[in-house]
Amino acid sequence: MSNSIFTRMGDGERVSMSPMEIRDEIRQGSASAAEMARIPVLSDSESDELFDIIAEPGRVVSVPHGHELIVTDDGIAECFAGSEADGGSGVSISRPASVLSYERALAADTGSLGHSDYSFKPVKAILDVELQAYHTISMLTTVPLFYGSQPNMGQYFQPDGPYPNPADLMPAGKIKEAQKAQEDAAEQLCADMVYIGRELNAMGCEGFNFDTAGSTGDAEFYATLKAARQLKQHAPDMAIIIGMASEFVLGMHGEIAFDGQQLAGLFPHDQVKLAESVGADIFGPAINVDTSRSFPWNLSKALTMVKETVARAAIPVHPNVGMGVCGIPMLLEVPIDCVSRASKALALIGKADGL
Amino acid sequence: MGTGDPFGMPVTHIVTAGMGGMRTTGDLVAWLQMTRRMKLADAKAYVAKKLGIDLMDLVDEDVMYPLRKELGIGTVTPEAGGPEGIVAKSRVADLLGIEINSVKRFKAQME
Repeated sequence: MSNSIFTRMGDGERVSMSPMEIRDEIRQGSASAAEMARIPVLSDSESDELFDIIAEPGRVVSVPHGHELIVTDDGIAECFAGSEADGGSGVSISRPASVLSYERALAADTGSLGHSDYSFKPVKAILDVELQAYHTISMLTTVPLFYGSQPNMGQYFQPDGPYPNPADLMPAGKIKEAQKAQEDAAEQLCADMVYIGRELNAMGCEGFNFDTAGSTGDAEFYATLKAARQLKQHAPDMAIIIGMASEFVLGMHGEIAFDGQQLAGLFPHDQVKLAESVGADIFGPAINVDTSRSFPWNLSKALTMVKETVARAAIPVHPNVGMGVCGIPMLLEVPIDCVSRASKALALIGKADGL
Repeated sequence: MGTGDPFGMPVTHIVTAGMGGMRTTGDLVAWLQMTRRMKLADAKAYVAKKLGIDLMDLVDEDVMYPLRKELGIGTVTPEAGGPEGIVAKSRVADLLGIEINSVKRFKAQME
């Protein structure tokens, strides 16, 4: 074993650490997750397994035969054709060409489609365009095809939307007014998401992805859960993924509850039970990366939360593993050494059903 | 999955831990997660039983390429005129005994 092991920081910077330093980072990362979420730390054998994965000398690593999992995506399938700031390749090809390339050239387990803004509010205005695009592509694809979008409730507040902005109201001490604005926006967001989902279902949509749910806090998560329940009751043949925005639900409202459960502060192992209860078929936890901490620290923290979430879940769990979540450094061109190690560790130690 | 450039994100995850989509049985196992809410191990066991193969065969290209051709459920290297797209998905739905929304709507239009 080398005394200097190559790894990275959470912002992607290349660093070398001794085996003892890496083991210490693993221990501290897991302890941090356990303390925050009030869950068990990784066991000694799991920490040893994670150390072995991080210390493997190869540039990329992989799971042993028989430990493969399902890979779902969130708009990545069409990113060859897009110029999105979070990973688009900017190639001048069509959306169908991109998705079919993803299915056949990359051998993806599933594919997806989504508006380039990737938020429900702008989708509503051009829904017919999206319905036609999805329908055309779904006639050509063989793997399951999702339609994904973000609730992104922030777009419903002034100046972009009709409701007073809580970010203006709260500093002025208008807490009740800020809560009311979020409650009103959540109801409109829910109505829009249900409308879009029902139209997609009627067209033949195979799967619907509520991506990055809760990015505007607990009221947005409330709207997502309410919409998912209504959609699942109306459209049982359309699979639903609920993927989260962060490791705990931000209390921007602070008091809003769903089925009697206060949403602010919920961690993934509790979020998944609510997702299950509304009929979601797959749940995607998102564990934040601290860019000032090391990759071993961040991955250990993510594994501690994912493992507990999978253990409590009755539905498949697909952790979000893009840049800045679940151990992946916050870097647009993500380092493959870290991505492959996170992938392997989430499969073997996190016991994820997919990514 | 998540965001990032295509080589760093989907390519790396798929090579590291993915089931291989239509190269093997990734799409079939995914359908079971989506339509039956099956956890990974249960979904794999269900597909293996339906196909009459071992669990290790699920990700073996040497087993699955000829088997997918024989079943007409699509491959990543399609033959012109062979089953792909909605035709292949229709066969997948019958093979696995599941409802696929796009297939159901397509068949309704054919009646």
